Order: sequence, then C-alpha cells, then structure tokens
Amino acid sequence: MESKFEVSKLNLHYGQFHALKDVSLSILPHEVTALIGPSGCGKSTFLKTLNRMNDLEEGVVIDGDVLLDGKDVYKEMDAISLRQRVGMVFQQPNPFPKSIYENVAYGPKLQGIRSKVKLDEIVENALRGAAIWDEVKDRLKKSALGLSGGQQQRLCIARALAAGPDVLLMDEPTSALDPISTSKIEELCTELKKDYTIVMVTHNMQQAARISDRTAFFLLGEVIEYSDTDQMFSMPKDKRTEDYITGRFG
Amino acid sequence: MKEKSLFWKEHFWHGLISCCGLFVIVLTLAIGAFLVYKGSGTFTTYGHSIFEFLFSSDWSPVDSSKGGGSVGAAIFIVGSVSTCGLALLIATPFSLAAAIFMSEISPKLGTRFFRPAVELFVGIPSVIYGWVGLTTLVPAIRDLFDLNVGYSVLAAGIVLAIMIFPTITSVVTDAIKSVPNDYRKAAYGLGATRWQVIYQIVMPAAKPGVFTGIIMGLARAFGEALAVAMVIGRMRAFPTSILSPTTNLTAAIASDMGGSMDGGEYNTALWTMALLLFLISLLFIFIIHRIVGKGGVEKNESK
Ligand SMILES: Nc1ncnc2c1ncn2[C@@H]1O[C@H](COP(=O)(O)OP(=O)(O)OP(=O)(O)O)[C@@H](O)[C@H]1O
Ligand SMILES: [Mg+2]
Repeated sequence: MESKFEVSKLNLHYGQFHALKDVSLSILPHEVTALIGPSGCGKSTFLKTLNRMNDLEEGVVIDGDVLLDGKDVYKEMDAISLRQRVGMVFQQPNPFPKSIYENVAYGPKLQGIRSKVKLDEIVENALRGAAIWDEVKDRLKKSALGLSGGQQQRLCIARALAAGPDVLLMDEPTSALDPISTSKIEELCTELKKDYTIVMVTHNMQQAARISDRTAFFLLGEVIEYSDTDQMFSMPKDKRTEDYITGRFG
Repeated sequence: MKEKSLFWKEHFWHGLISCCGLFVIVLTLAIGAFLVYKGSGTFTTYGHSIFEFLFSSDWSPVDSSKGGGSVGAAIFIVGSVSTCGLALLIATPFSLAAAIFMSEISPKLGTRFFRPAVELFVGIPSVIYGWVGLTTLVPAIRDLFDLNVGYSVLAAGIVLAIMIFPTITSVVTDAIKSVPNDYRKAAYGLGATRWQVIYQIVMPAAKPGVFTGIIMGLARAFGEALAVAMVIGRMRAFPTSILSPTTNLTAAIASDMGGSMDGGEYNTALWTMALLLFLISLLFIFIIHRIVGKGGVEKNESK
C-alpha cells in the first residue's frame, strides 16, 4: 500500500534543543496511527511538522523529508494548501466565537466558496460526518460557545472536515473531555478512517489500543518502536516500550 | 485577646476602605448634583427651553441676573462634535494599524519600542500639544490651503487625533492580545493566511475592546479644552468646512467662566454647557459598560 505520509530522517531543533531525532515513519492511508510516549517526548512537535504548524513558531529548524502522497511538504507545497489537505484538531476544543454555521463554513469560505447552496451542503455533510448534526441542526445560527465541551470538540472536527482534507491530525483530542464524549469521538475516528487518514496523539493506552491500527512510541525525540498496534500491545519488541505501555514509567 | 485585636483590625481596614470608596461615589454624585444645580438655572430661573439651548445658534446671554438674553449653544455643540468626530476619523485607522502591528505583526518591536513610546505620549501635558499645533500645524494649514488664518476644525481635529491616538492604541492592543491564541491556531490550521487570521478572526473577537478604546478616545477628545482652544480659532460661527475656524464647548467654558458674573445668565449658561459635557461623558461611560458587559456575557456562555 502506498503510504500517505512518508517521513524520513526528520530532525527538528527548537533553537539549541534537539526535539526530533532522525524520525522515520510511514503513515498509511485509511488507518488510525497513534503516537504515544511520555510528556515532552516530541509527539505534538512531530504532529505539527505534518501540516507545518511549526512554521508559526520562532527558531524552529527542520531537516529531513516529509512527503505527502510523494510530494515534499516543505519544498514542493505551500503551507496554506497543505493545511487545507491536512486538517488539525487540538487538545482544547477551540471553536471561534461565531455561530455554529460560521465555524464550519470558515474553511470552505477561505477557499473561495461563496454559494449559499454549496456552503449549506458542505456544512451539513461536515456536521453529519462529525456525528453532531442531529444535536445542532436546529441551532446553526447560535453561538458555538454555547455547546458543551464534547460537542465543541466534535464541532471542531466538523470544521476541519469541511475544509476538505484527506488527513486529520488530532492532538490529544479527548483529554479535556468526559468519558461519554470521549467514546463518541473514538467511535467517530473509527468511522472517519474509511474516508480519511488519521494521526492521533494520545496519553491513554487503552485508547490507542482500542482505535489505532498502528502505534508509534516516542521517547526523548526518537521513535523507539513503530508497529501494528495489536502487536505492540501484546508483544512489544523494545524493553522501553514494554515498560511504558505497562505503566512502569512515563 | 489576640483574636479580638485581629477582629478590630479587620473592621478598621474594612471600614476605612469602605469610607474611601463611599467618598469617591459621594464626590461624583456631589459634582453631578452641583452641575445640575448650577446648570439647570438656565431653564428654571431664566426660563429658556432645552430646545433653544441645544438647537439655537443665537448666543447672547446677559452677564447679569436680569436675564432676557438668548442661550443657543448649537455652535459650541457643533464645534465639539465636529472636531471630535474628525479626530476620531483620523485617529482610529492609525490606532488600529498600530495596535495590529504591535500585537500581531511584530510583538518584539512592539513591546520594546512602540508600546513605551505610545505610553509616553499619554503623559504629555495638553498645553504642549496645543503649543505645537499652534506653532506648526496652524501655519502649515494656512499655507497649504492658502487661507487667511490656519485656525480651523481641521487643526483642532488633528491635534485631538494625536492626543487620543495613544489612548485608543493601548486599549485596542490589550484587546487584541487578550484574544485566545487557540482561535489563531484553529484558523491557521484551516489554511488561513496571516491577514485572514487578523481580519476574520482576531479583530472580530477583539471588537468589544476596539469599541471601548474608541469611546475612551472620544471621551478624552470631548473633555479636552486647552489644546483645542489654542488652535480652533475661537470664532462664534458654524464651521462652513473643515478649514473654517469655529469654537466649542470646552473652549467657551474655559475662557469665559472666570469673567462672567456668578449666578448671572451668562455664567449659568456656561454651567449648563458643563452639565452637558458631564452628561456626555456619563453616556460614554454607560456605553463602555454596555460593551464590556456584553463581552463578559459572551465569555460566560462558553462554559
Ligand atoms: N516552541 C517551542 N520552543 C522550544 N521548545 C519547545 C517548543 N515546543 C516544544 N518544545 C520542547 O520540545 C519538546 C517536545 O515538546 P512536545 O510538545 O512535542 O511534547 P509532547 O510529546 O507533545 O508532550 P505532551 O505529551 O506533554 O503534550 C519538549 O521538551 C518541549 O519543551
Ligand atoms: Mg503535546
């Protein structure tokens, strides 16, 4: 299978600090790839290299290759069109202080879509895709800030979907949510991977085991182990991976 | 024993602070009451109508308690409104641009040089602005537009604009800075450019603060007397264009109050102008509270 993202020999420095060390990973399409590892090991940093959100920070030096469908995202693509193809969902639900409709329509509008009919259609499909349509269809014009945390997070997923990406990056999308909202989002991920490629950072081992197809274990900026999730959780190859997933350190 | 003394201390400070707070409230109310008492004479003692005061341009109050003159303050009011309006029109775009620059484009340069410089401007006494306006701006306007005199609404508007620029800029900068970074990240993540993030996300979210800044600037412009009096020309006629001289409320109060007979019609009419200014600033404060209060409600809703 052709990989979606092909990352090889990726090194990233924040000033003097070497945050990613020779990271090489293939992320396969229509899979959920989980990134796990102790706090500060570089999971978010790695995730942000995939849609160039690191560009916004100062003093970041990146070298190595990140290929999306064979094209180098740093050399052959511009950050704007890359981010339209690679959507992002953050740890804290962060809807704009606008109406639910305006939140979801923002991405398509950036891409120049003005037709009301077209926008309505995109918004509805995105909200359905994020399994929140039934809860908000009667209050599309109401402020998104009036939704619960779990609803806000699904709205953020809808907002990302509406921009028409083929990859979704999620950085601990459920860590600020209650168990019921969490399981809704987990189900959603399983549903979404039919159409999208998902890369998710999580601190929750059960979550990684439940929903991901493949897991990468990061430690101090390095990928220690990257394999099939079932295999990693049943018989990890590396002692450090085993210690981490069994909770012996972290 | 020890507990008792703590108890007393607590009460003492509580009482003292309450007294200070109460004193400020009483003082404000007293000033308001005093202005109403002094200023209402125009309508009660001298029997003029509010309509005459606000809309007539016939200004010839008698400087004695006989009364019988006319108290149309429309010229002064128009002078104040037009100079302040012009000042706002000039200052707002610059302030917004400066605030955006300081908070979004170059925060480093902003916090290191720009911000301190802007804050320095707030502290400059208004006589200096007036003086600079009088010696450079007024002649410049005269020469540029080939006029007999350079005293004008334009000169007053520019001087006021320079004076309120720092006020608006500081408030708007703070408002922009308080927009959560999460909004910016979300927008960038969807493929927005920096300008799209600023215009479509940051500025709308900072709107209450932007309005507050503008109103605070307006309030400052309305209350400013000295600098305006120095460059407006102090001519009692409606301005026919922004290049013609006129006068305004504060200039009239400042220059004529001392020379008029206490309690006379003239003096009372000036008090009425002061009362009007007081009411206008109350209105501005009320508007600010409404705006800020509304912003607060929106934030609460997020929970
Ligand atoms: N903008 C930055 N400037 C300098 N150092 C940074 C920056 N962002 C992250 N780092 C450092 O890089 C390392 C990796 O950070 P990163 O946020 O990727 O960790 P993480 O694995 O996502 O951790 P967590 O699980 O706590 O979210 C950390 O040591 C962090 O301090
Ligand atoms: Mg992280």
